[in-house]
Amino acid sequence: MIQWELLALSPPGWGGLLLQGLLTSMKIAGGGYLLGLLLGIGGAFGKLYGGPITRDLMECYTTIVRAVPELVLILIIYYAGTDLLNRLLTSIGLGAMDINGLAAGIMVIGIVQGAYSTEVLRGAIKAIPHGEIEAARAFGMSPLLTLRRVTLPAMLPHAIPGLSNLWLIATKDTALLAVIGFTELTLATRQAGGTTKAYFLFFCAAGVLYLLITLISNVIFGLAERRARRGLPSFR
Amino acid sequence: MPHRILLILLAAALVAYLALTMRWDWLPEYSSALLVGVWHTLLLLFSSALLGFLLAVPLGLVQVTGPAPLSWLARGFCTVIRGTPLLLQIWLIYYGVGSLFPQIPEIRESFLWPYLRQAWPYGLFALTLSFAGYEGEVMRGAFAGVPRGELEAARAFGMGRFTMLRRIWLPRAVQRALPTLNGEMVLQLKSTPLVATITVIDVYAVVARIRQDTFLVYEPLLFLALVYMCLTGILVVAFRYFERRIPTRSA
Repeated sequence: MIQWELLALSPPGWGGLLLQGLLTSMKIAGGGYLLGLLLGIGGAFGKLYGGPITRDLMECYTTIVRAVPELVLILIIYYAGTDLLNRLLTSIGLGAMDINGLAAGIMVIGIVQGAYSTEVLRGAIKAIPHGEIEAARAFGMSPLLTLRRVTLPAMLPHAIPGLSNLWLIATKDTALLAVIGFTELTLATRQAGGTTKAYFLFFCAAGVLYLLITLISNVIFGLAERRARRGLPSFR
Repeated sequence: MPHRILLILLAAALVAYLALTMRWDWLPEYSSALLVGVWHTLLLLFSSALLGFLLAVPLGLVQVTGPAPLSWLARGFCTVIRGTPLLLQIWLIYYGVGSLFPQIPEIRESFLWPYLRQAWPYGLFALTLSFAGYEGEVMRGAFAGVPRGELEAARAFGMGRFTMLRRIWLPRAVQRALPTLNGEMVLQLKSTPLVATITVIDVYAVVARIRQDTFLVYEPLLFLALVYMCLTGILVVAFRYFERRIPTRSA
């Protein structure tokens, strides 16, 4: 009844296509997550230490991104982002170029993730006892050195649960790129299912792949949290 | 706060610029379709949240107190739902289950067939399962978090297991889960547009049709973003109002 040979890795089977889609999904999730972390660190510092205007602008960014569905944001950023870039390129005399789908996907996921990680990191930084930062300042550390040696490592135990959630959201948000016609795991699965009519088999296979990513990530983030919390009293 | 005034003026200027330079002449023509779309989105949101919540209560309960196989089953369900993308779940249910049904003659001849031929039952089912998966975890925490003493007191009064559940455990757990409901509802609202990919006509699908008809790229999308921001705002304010009316703090 179940045609397992459809999942074979070489061309009569579709397994190779699915794994390629998985690889693309992971590239986008990883790139978008890192971009989101950078935006989040900037956003969190802007919200905590910036002037009133910076703070309000950051507030607008996080509020808008968190209120509008990811699917709609992806469409807007995808069209507006590529359009703006092309206009910029033509205005400085270079011809319009085809934006790499991978780069566009990473940008889109990154901007969405940035808003969420801003909130996670802001909460984590606020949870650092103030004395630790004062101590760093008393030792004569410059703000950048304080950031690198004290603030970022000290906030990590508070941030990791939130960051691990964000990573799982990033891996699942890559599925939305299927709607704008970008071939990642979910769209590859639908193509395979549409061609062979074995929808159940392929969607379940893709589900297992996503689930494996989730379970493996949970283990890795659990280890990272154990390491980041070393020396701190356990709360369980 | 002078910088706020400046920012508001800037925002107003931006809105005026968008309103004057972009094309909005399609709005009146499609306004009734958009209203129907918003209505369908809200209908999907509230019915899936209600059904999902009803499903989440047993899911949470068996994880805390049920027999081991049931508890594993519930835990597995929550893990699978939370570990796979909703879009994949929707497509699995619509294309996968939906392609099996027509092959079964008993279903084709039953009274359910006129409904099962349409797309929305599959969308509603997928959204309900998703909400139940996420809310089931919340309910597990809520059931586990009810103070032991209250349950012991109920037992000391001679309440049976089900009376205790009905009178003490469930109400106290729901009370503890309510504050998280606000965020869950906003997340659920943001996942409703995914059902447009299986031809359910919600507000997102209406806007997608407008984009096809008018060849406009940005205007309908910006309008859609505004609609969702308004809906989110209304949800947040409404839930904050209800939250304040329910005393949640156990003194």
